[in-house]
Amino acid sequence: MEKARPQWGNPLQFIFACISYAVGLGNVWRFPYLCQMYGGGSFLVPYVIMLVVEGMPLLYLELAVGQRMRQGSIGAWRTISPYLSGVGVASVVVSFFLSMYYNVINAWGFWYLFHSFQDPLPWSVCPLNGNRTGYDEECEKASSTQYFWYRKTLNISPSIQENGGVQWEPALCLILAWLMVYLCILRGTESTGKVVYFTASMPYCVLIIYLVRGLTLHGATNGLMYMFTPKMEQLANPKAWINAATQIFFSLGLGFGSLIAFASYNEPSNNCQKHAIIVSIINSSTSIFASIVTFSIYGFKATFNYENCLKKVILLLTNSFDLEDGFLTASNLEEVKDYLASTYPSKYSEVFPHIRNCSLESELDTAVQGTGLAFIVYTEAIKNMEVSQLWSVLYFFMLLMLGMGSMLGNTAAILTPLTDSKVISSYLPKEAISGLVCLISCAIGMVFTMEAGNYWFDIFNDYAATLSLLLIVLVETIAVCYVYGLKRFGSDLQAMTGRTLNWYWKAMWAFVSPVLIISLFVFYLSDYILTGTLQYQAWDATQGQLVTKDYPPHALAVIGLLVASSIMCIPLVALGTFIRNRLKRGGSSPVA
Amino acid sequence: MLWPLFFLVTTIHAELCHPDAENAFKVRLSIRTALGDKAYVWDTDEEYLFRAMVAFSMRKVPNRETTEISHVLLCNVTQRVSFWFVVTDPSKNHTLPAAEVQSAIRMNRNRINSAFFLDDNTLEFLKIPATLAPPTDASVPVWIIVFGVIFCIVVVAITLLVLSGIRQRRRNNKGPLGVEDAEDKCENIITIENGIPCDPLDTKGGHINDGFLTEDERLTPL
Repeated sequence: MEKARPQWGNPLQFIFACISYAVGLGNVWRFPYLCQMYGGGSFLVPYVIMLVVEGMPLLYLELAVGQRMRQGSIGAWRTISPYLSGVGVASVVVSFFLSMYYNVINAWGFWYLFHSFQDPLPWSVCPLNGNRTGYDEECEKASSTQYFWYRKTLNISPSIQENGGVQWEPALCLILAWLMVYLCILRGTESTGKVVYFTASMPYCVLIIYLVRGLTLHGATNGLMYMFTPKMEQLANPKAWINAATQIFFSLGLGFGSLIAFASYNEPSNNCQKHAIIVSIINSSTSIFASIVTFSIYGFKATFNYENCLKKVILLLTNSFDLEDGFLTASNLEEVKDYLASTYPSKYSEVFPHIRNCSLESELDTAVQGTGLAFIVYTEAIKNMEVSQLWSVLYFFMLLMLGMGSMLGNTAAILTPLTDSKVISSYLPKEAISGLVCLISCAIGMVFTMEAGNYWFDIFNDYAATLSLLLIVLVETIAVCYVYGLKRFGSDLQAMTGRTLNWYWKAMWAFVSPVLIISLFVFYLSDYILTGTLQYQAWDATQGQLVTKDYPPHALAVIGLLVASSIMCIPLVALGTFIRNRLKRGGSSPVA
Repeated sequence: MLWPLFFLVTTIHAELCHPDAENAFKVRLSIRTALGDKAYVWDTDEEYLFRAMVAFSMRKVPNRETTEISHVLLCNVTQRVSFWFVVTDPSKNHTLPAAEVQSAIRMNRNRINSAFFLDDNTLEFLKIPATLAPPTDASVPVWIIVFGVIFCIVVVAITLLVLSGIRQRRRNNKGPLGVEDAEDKCENIITIENGIPCDPLDTKGGHINDGFLTEDERLTPL
């Protein structure tokens, strides 16, 4: 090599980079949802088991491969076997898809962050309608936070077919997000190593602040008790175990090539086993920690809505029966209702249909995940807190840190193979390659700022990485264990780090993890096949809620293309290498 | 003797002002909700003030400057507190049209609200929609200002980093290529043998020794 490979300044930078990459938005908006859906506290049982059985071994495998081969994903897998460099190419393709759509989330984060500097917060009030006698109709039917998300931020169209034009406000925020990413990766590990100190630690500061604030909110304990009460019968539900495995798998970011890229900048003697265990434990603890914060916020929001509902019922009864103002309270509501029903039966039966049954459980039961949780539910809770601008700024700043940290890993996965390749790096300096990648991703990412952009975002979110990653990691595990040879890899690691490979890792890599991944793969494939047509949630402005629609054929084609383009890399590159070797051997005499 | 007159007046009142009468409006106050402990009791003096405010509002309407407090009639006061009111003309025979009363109340809504320490939600005139206050719009949206600041900072930082990277690379390139300027700047000690300069040993990294195998053949293929 012409110049020495850049390295992390110290091992702490490497750990922080891995933590910053692994701890992402999924910890905040996916894990609490799963916890709520699959039995609260009892979900932790499959989660921890999957962490130990699947997460740690696979993470250690990727870090070890990267540290041993000292190259990006393409070079590393080519070293293991030239026929398997397709695995590296597939990783790069998946990382490219991911970085395209993931940075749109950062753009939305910027949008909300910039709008948090207003009083009142723009998503807390509905705008007025034309003649200023009431509020905008769409906002009345939905809520002000939903209106701000669907109308002001996304300006969403009613279906995926109606594309609309590029919205300049999210487009500007997307450009800013990509400029920010470029700034952080511009100088390679030198700059990334310093940025990750910040992106890894800041979210924890904000989470701690939010934890203290969340636990002191009125009604927080309702949420915590409801969510964490273990429902042991969910342990028998296979979906709980599958979702735990999936969550561990995707939360650690395996298969993208980012971990290989990060580890390739390590010193060969680095103890990556210890680091793998540390990173996976920190990742899972952060998920649990974030879910405590989320559940206390849920509890606050549910209690607030419940009390509002009660107030509305009280107002309705007070107005209909001309009772004295302040006479009806939450405590005597039931007895007064009975009294009124008996004393004025006819009038009560008129009013009765309008009386909503206020229930705290039904408010708590609204389980939301993904962008809906981050941008609708959380903002709804924040707008009811005091000094809401401060909490809003803190929250979106944290989201941005989490998103940026993951983006650094994604771009590292793309750039490391490119800068390792002699062909490209001889023509262009590192800054230019990074700039080109950012520019291309930004240009394609403009698709997600169109009116139908959120629907395309959901397509990428659901299909770009899921099946492909499972296959990639499966091939990785089999490649290391059976193609390269587990004994050989073990002795390589021993020569590199000075420690023998524990039998536990050998057993996991050789048998348990591949079996787990195959079963996950089979499950998802059969799930997709059984559900038949794929559907999506579209926002209906006239009703003010989401409706389910079928994907049109061109969207289905894009989905197929997304999945195929990354998976097909593996056999295609193997075939290509095979043909090239054949031609080489046929054309010239074999090298001694 | 006065009794028939009194009876007449009350019947006229009853005809003009009763729930759902023509041109009558229902008013609803939520004093305890608005003021909590400082809530005042709704008595006939408060009613008098209310009638005065309505009369005041009507006086602002052209052609109605002679409206007196006695022209405003209240009826059906409940514990809620809610009641109905009408405004009669000077002859006290018929009521003023609802549209006039409505526009008068809308114009002076703020004055009426503040007379009772209430707001649009706690002093409700049913069927008279309040004009909602428009949100205060800054001339330049705040978010663009914040966006502009952060955008400029990021662009400046990128430019600085790129320029310093270019400068560093140029300095690195000039080092080994200092052969042409060897007479002017002797940054590196150049050994010259037979008039051909030997490249100094690059202490930073190594050079590829092409005598060894290339990378493709590092490991035996499948």
